[in-house]
Amino acid sequence: MSALLLIVALVLMAGIAAGLIRVAVGPTPSDRMMAAQLMGTSGIGVILLLAPVLAVPALIDVALIFSLLAAVAVTAFTRRRRADNGD
Amino acid sequence: MDPIQLVSGASLMVGAFFFVAGTVGLIRLPDRFSRLHALTKADNVGLGLVVLGLMPLAPDLFYGVKLVLVWLLVVIAGATGAHLIAKRALRGDGEDVL
Repeated sequence: MSALLLIVALVLMAGIAAGLIRVAVGPTPSDRMMAAQLMGTSGIGVILLLAPVLAVPALIDVALIFSLLAAVAVTAFTRRRRADNGD
Repeated sequence: MDPIQLVSGASLMVGAFFFVAGTVGLIRLPDRFSRLHALTKADNVGLGLVVLGLMPLAPDLFYGVKLVLVWLLVVIAGATGAHLIAKRALRGDGEDVL
């Protein structure tokens, strides 16, 4: 079972690495934000998968914090106004 | 292999497939709204199936409740974020509007 968890975690990490392509090529800031959001969700998945393998149940609290901060990041991105970056 | 482990392993693998499909969609799809569509599928269904597959491994009830809570938070955040990004894209293209 532990081997399967590690394989699934590896697939998710490969997905994170592939998502970096979209962050690099853009073309708009929205696309980069979407890629960052998908990478955040995959990161939560990796943490949840590693918690039973490493036998560290506290990792689930890390995943909870991640899921809260992901919402804050997207909201902060869309609420940005022109006045913030000097006229 | 008892049946619960079998179902859990299958659920984990289908979840990983949804994550891969979402990532491929994000890279390959042509416009922003279809990319948003691919992203939300990976968020909601992929993570939901991974959480479902991890459920039998939970050591106690509290841990299982926290697993479901993580998924619920991601679903709520994903829906809100998708709406905000789509609205921003409809109002004005790319850089800051207003």
